[in-house]
Amino acid sequence: MSTIRLTVNGKPVSVEVEDRTLLVHLLRDHLGLTGTHVGCDTSQCGACTVHIDGRAVKSCTVLVGQANGTSITTIEGIANGDELHPMQAAFRDNHGLQCGFCTPGMIMASIDIVRRHGAGLTEDILRQELEGNICRCTGYHNIVKSVLDAAGRMTAAQAAE
Amino acid sequence: MGIEGIGARALRKEDKRFITGRGRYVDDIRLHGMTYAAFVRSPYAHAKVSAIDTAPALAMPGVVAVLTGKELVDDKIGNLICGWMIHSRDGSPMKMGAWPAMAPETVRFVGQAVAVVIAETRNQARDAAEAVVVTYEELPAVVDMREAVASGAPQLHPEAPGNVIFDWTLGDEAATEVAFNAAANIVSLDITNNRLAPNAIEPRAAIAEYDPAEEHFTLYTTSQNPHVARLVLSAFYNIAQEHKLRVIAPDVGGGFGSKIFIYPEEMVALWAAKKTGRPVKWTADRTESFLTDAHGRDHLTRAEMAFDKDNRITGLRVKTHANLGAYMSLFSSSVPTYLYATLLSGQYDIPNIFAEVISVYTNTAPVDAYRGAGRPEASYVVERLMETAARQLKVDPTELRRKNFITQFPHQTPVIMAYDIGDFNASLDAAMKAIDYAGFAARKAKAKSEGRLRGIGVSCYIEACGIAPSKAVGSLGAGVGLWESAEVRVNPVGTIEVLTGSHSHGQGHETAFAQVVAGRLGISIDQVQIVHGDTDKVQFGMGTYGSRSAAVGLSAIVKAMEKVEAKAKKIVAHQLEASENDIVIEEGQFKVAGTDKAIALPMVALAAYTAHNLPDGMEPGLKESAFYDPTNFTFPAGAYICEVEVDADTGKTSFVNFVAADDFGRLINPMIVEGQVHGGLAQGIGQALLEHAVYDENGQLLTASFMDYAMPRAEDLPSFNIQHTMTECPGNPLGVKGCGEAGAIGASAAVINAITDAIGNNDLAMPASPDRVWHAIHG
Repeated sequence: MSTIRLTVNGKPVSVEVEDRTLLVHLLRDHLGLTGTHVGCDTSQCGACTVHIDGRAVKSCTVLVGQANGTSITTIEGIANGDELHPMQAAFRDNHGLQCGFCTPGMIMASIDIVRRHGAGLTEDILRQELEGNICRCTGYHNIVKSVLDAAGRMTAAQAAE
Repeated sequence: MGIEGIGARALRKEDKRFITGRGRYVDDIRLHGMTYAAFVRSPYAHAKVSAIDTAPALAMPGVVAVLTGKELVDDKIGNLICGWMIHSRDGSPMKMGAWPAMAPETVRFVGQAVAVVIAETRNQARDAAEAVVVTYEELPAVVDMREAVASGAPQLHPEAPGNVIFDWTLGDEAATEVAFNAAANIVSLDITNNRLAPNAIEPRAAIAEYDPAEEHFTLYTTSQNPHVARLVLSAFYNIAQEHKLRVIAPDVGGGFGSKIFIYPEEMVALWAAKKTGRPVKWTADRTESFLTDAHGRDHLTRAEMAFDKDNRITGLRVKTHANLGAYMSLFSSSVPTYLYATLLSGQYDIPNIFAEVISVYTNTAPVDAYRGAGRPEASYVVERLMETAARQLKVDPTELRRKNFITQFPHQTPVIMAYDIGDFNASLDAAMKAIDYAGFAARKAKAKSEGRLRGIGVSCYIEACGIAPSKAVGSLGAGVGLWESAEVRVNPVGTIEVLTGSHSHGQGHETAFAQVVAGRLGISIDQVQIVHGDTDKVQFGMGTYGSRSAAVGLSAIVKAMEKVEAKAKKIVAHQLEASENDIVIEEGQFKVAGTDKAIALPMVALAAYTAHNLPDGMEPGLKESAFYDPTNFTFPAGAYICEVEVDADTGKTSFVNFVAADDFGRLINPMIVEGQVHGGLAQGIGQALLEHAVYDENGQLLTASFMDYAMPRAEDLPSFNIQHTMTECPGNPLGVKGCGEAGAIGASAAVINAITDAIGNNDLAMPASPDRVWHAIHG
């Protein structure tokens, strides 16, 4: 057993867990943050994607020890109160989700994709970048539309700052 | 918010919880005192279980119980059933082998459970499952369908000699023979419809709880049809009586057919919850999903089409071997029979059709309905034949189709179905226009001059949806009726709850169903709450599959709404001293037509519940229920055209364009409909290019993870060009046909027809991987 200290969605957290605990299970089982999902256990589907210190990481492949001392953001932590993150709003506005199971991972991965590519994000680049996130419902058509829409909103917001 | 009735692209009410991480899926639920189940599964495809030593596992930390198949059978938990009776051509009933939820004696596919460990934590359960010592006596296995029916093959079930479950036929064999004998041309094709894994991204999961004082079970499960689950669990599996079992299917992360069936794991969780006195949770990992979720498709077919000298189709003859795996899953027998051969007429006027289907046991996972279920296999046969025929007869494939289209409705096919309405030329026109079919020859020539192989492929599919008229399916062997139920509760303040037996696992019912109700009353969809997925709340329901939720589920809601509106009008007429025939509903007001007299919906509702001033003899309240049984199937149809380029050096296929022109009847929410088409297309294209569940000759599943099974990724797919045409369905009050499966039914043939056109070789099997395409080009 080890004591793990990290920041989750801006709040300091200290938990005593088995060393072999995966970050996704710490979030889901110990912190009750069930928005982060497990779809494959093998880092293929991306449903478990969260941000560790601002970068998208698949939390089913991170031992809690590796996350000690980091700052984690999950799907529950990206809205500003009642105000949705532009990526969340764009998924809703463009019907970018159906069953919703891959959606939290898609949103977290997509925020990072937009952060890294900014205004240079094209449909081709986006489709390549989404390689690590699998959706079985949407055929990606509306996910691509959502992320490109959000990229516009996010870069416009950055320009305004 | 304004009124978003039928036809509005209303944004989804359910989305907020999903995009903020507040969805509530089965694995998100934790009960007090909950334990975790881990199954011990066979590593062999066929073996005797000679001994199970549970002692080492019982000694592990946190272990509550280790239960085996023998104990399950001793407790008289029933075998899994197949709920659709099929008779062979000789009149004998299908040969169903016994399938206990955990194998006491014999395992017949890799992954079949033999024991279960119940422990305090997930990791403790999994650790202990590895410590259960099972002694197997390995038996020879058979995986290939043709080998399974050959003499000397390993035998799976004593009930099914030769591994044949049924040898079933449909259509007139003699008349079809006559047509072929008189044919001017015959086109034939050997077709493999590749085996697929459904792969909803949410793995299956179950939580079972038992209350010994009430002798009552609660099951949370990833189900497309919780009422059917309760019915089967109580009527056949001896788990609990129906009134002592509550089944809840909360948010469910995709189904695609695979979550229709009641699986061994749910049964075991319920049984174990009672035995241990603790709630039991089980959640599949992805490899368990691959090994144990019912797979889809897996047909080998020889198909022949006869033409007269004018290129009119005179006959179709099909012989199919269908792999049903090691056991008969819940609706497995209906898929390669009444959901398949009945659609072999496609969009064409074919006077003579004969189909023979031989379904076979093999040492592989059970096979059952997967998005489209039989209809993709039928459509693939017909549309590959049409394209092949056009090439052989040297006519344009669209012209050959038009020449043979059914244009008069209703149309009775020789294989049971009576098509009610359609306009196949209209959807083909729309698709050809959208893809600029006329300009294709020039595009192909230009690509060729630049050293690239370009091809175009057409697929004109039809499906039977809105499943299904109960009397009709009963006469064909179904063990259930396929109506739907609904209840509309107008609350005393005028808000509305609609309880439906349909289940939403991504289809957007909370929005689309609310649009219909809100539109009728002229109120906001925010005033309407759709309630589903809980047998304690909803009276009954048959669930969601077969593109039935709009055509059947919504029709039941409309029927209940009509009763509510009729009662409300009586109340208003009484209070305003008008005739109920003069009351109209507009913008949330019940008005006396042609006057300024009106009562708003909340006041009507309040009047119904206060009951101070109701017509004499009227019961208080404003709540009505209805059952709706469809009069016919619905027949969505459309034309898909795919344009591809193939890299001759690598065999890789790239999409230039993909157009889908569908006739779904009236659309409730076009945004949701288009999303359904996108997803279906992705699964159809996935089948054509990428997906294949592959077993080796020993029955080991080689594609048991997302590393090995090629799921379509964003990069593999194009953006789609979606077109709609419309003939209103005459069979239901909304004129809707259903849209959930079309993409998966129509897309595969369009893709393969396009690739074979590009490479000039018609001999190409799915999935058309770069390797296979390269060999088709270079030999």
